[in-house]
Amino acid sequence: MSLVTANNLSKAYAKGELKVDALKNLNFEIEPASFVSFIGPSGSGKTTLLNLIGCLDKPTSGSLIVADTDVSGLSRRMAAAFRGRKIGFIFQDFNLIPVLTVYENVGYPLLVVQNTPSHERKKRILALLEAVGMADKKNKYPDQISGGQKQRVAVARALVTNPKLVLADEPTANLDHKTAYMVIDIMKKMKNELGTTFIFSTHDQKIVGEAEIVYLLEDGELTNGRD
Amino acid sequence: MLNIFQIAVRNLMRYKRRTLLTASLVAIGVVFVLVFISISGSFKNMMIGQITDSFLGHIQIHKKGYVASLDSLPLTLNMGPKALGKVEKAINEIPDIEAYSKRIKFGGMFSNFVETTNVRLNGVYPEDEFKTVPLFLSRIKKGEKTIRTGEILVPELLAKGMKVKVGDTVVVIATNKDGSVNGKQFRVGGILESVSGPGGRDGYIHIDDAAEILRMDAMEISEIAIRLKDFDKLHGVYNRLKDKLSNELNKQGKPAFGVHTWEKLSPFYNIARMIDVMTFFIKLMLIAIVLVSIMNVMVMAVYERIREIGTIAAIGTLPGKIVAMFLIEGFSLGFFGAVVGDILGVAVISVLNVSKLTFNFGRQKGLLLSPDISLQDILTISIIVIIISVLASLQPAYKASRMNPIDALRHV
Repeated sequence: MSLVTANNLSKAYAKGELKVDALKNLNFEIEPASFVSFIGPSGSGKTTLLNLIGCLDKPTSGSLIVADTDVSGLSRRMAAAFRGRKIGFIFQDFNLIPVLTVYENVGYPLLVVQNTPSHERKKRILALLEAVGMADKKNKYPDQISGGQKQRVAVARALVTNPKLVLADEPTANLDHKTAYMVIDIMKKMKNELGTTFIFSTHDQKIVGEAEIVYLLEDGELTNGRD
Repeated sequence: MLNIFQIAVRNLMRYKRRTLLTASLVAIGVVFVLVFISISGSFKNMMIGQITDSFLGHIQIHKKGYVASLDSLPLTLNMGPKALGKVEKAINEIPDIEAYSKRIKFGGMFSNFVETTNVRLNGVYPEDEFKTVPLFLSRIKKGEKTIRTGEILVPELLAKGMKVKVGDTVVVIATNKDGSVNGKQFRVGGILESVSGPGGRDGYIHIDDAAEILRMDAMEISEIAIRLKDFDKLHGVYNRLKDKLSNELNKQGKPAFGVHTWEKLSPFYNIARMIDVMTFFIKLMLIAIVLVSIMNVMVMAVYERIREIGTIAAIGTLPGKIVAMFLIEGFSLGFFGAVVGDILGVAVISVLNVSKLTFNFGRQKGLLLSPDISLQDILTISIIVIIISVLASLQPAYKASRMNPIDALRHV
């Protein structure tokens, strides 16, 4: 059973009087516990596709099934609840909450989104911080750690709710190569250990090599898939 | 242990200067309101106390129509023994009444054998009068603090104008209700300080002397002044008295007696009402200050944290929780401002009390102002500030919760 299934998935925007087809009739399936990358030039529709899979946006037509749920018709509130339960996010700019420590940032989804009991929360946060090598920095604030460390914290935050799927939009774009590989390694390790599916977009050809499946997007169309 | 309150406080402390400035503005507003309420309330209560405890009493009972023609002090509208008995019975049935004083009020001529002028006089039973208006004795500035038969307490302005002093002999001449003129010689027993309000410049004699001058065959009473055990029960006692006396009808079939609270008898009541209106507007100003300052800060907070809002929305924070987070920030800001304002306000009021501020009112000089604020007032103001703070945060919070996460995440 696929984790993500897209059938004739399309997304169009109106830019003034102009209609822009960001995604055109995409069809693909992504299996659980896979490490998938969408690549393509700027404006090819990678971010739009990740937004649709992440229930941050709705398709114009076609269907999109994520974790056995047709997400194309979810209300705003239901989409938020779905994201909180099933999907983790890693952002290009890390997007950690500046007033929270590393520990608190990782724990935020458990506390505010899932209302996890405190002992369970603590166990999961510490395990993930250990896994991403940030346990010793747990009391630091985001402005006290490096970019690579921030992204490792972001990976831990994305995984702390045990999501089925983690979406990462250009997760290494703001990192140097060494740090970028380190973050990708951590993501792969987490995928192997937890069975979480990672879908990420990237420009970086070297990082692309780390993906198990690569989809190429050009002008909103899926031109090929590579195992 | 992290919770939404801690996140709110940390977000507020992220912009320390702005938060402190806003909280200071709220606190200063609270201080001003508390100090104003305490001073105006103190002034109001003192003046009400002065008026009711010096001469008016809390409630008065007259024959119907007497108050309307109070300026002429009509002797034809006095209560006879039968009517008086009914009124006293009604009074004695109400345990909340502490004391009452029967008065004969009349106008007459006052002569020091050289000059003559007009005077308004009250004939009273001294003990009853002193119990009903306990500040009366403090108004006797010269002479013994009592009213004996054959003696008169002369209001100070009259004493000054007529150049009479304690121990002098004067004559009071009055016309009774039948038109018969009578006079009686009195010794000036004391000089009475004037107070603001009707009856505040009247002279006093013993009720037996009044009955003698007016040649009353049986005791007739112009008014009964009543003092309550608890001033806060004013309207309750008033209504009970009114109910009890409503069955007593005159020959025209209308109520025989008029019951009036001090509010109907003293023009100061309108000043007291004005003070209440001013207090209300001061509170409105505080609300405006809190509303504008908190709303301004919260709008800024939302604008500055658009990407953060996008992030927390993307990772699954429900719109209701986003609203709650911003409301709690507004609440915390209002709460902090209110608490600081309360503390400073109470401190300022204490300093004012220590400073022993005095003021003049009418001919009364050097009245000591004792600003006081009740816990209820402090709580009311604080709750108003906090509620307004939360309301002021509502629109920005709602706006934050309705943001499209994609647009918010793209925001630079």
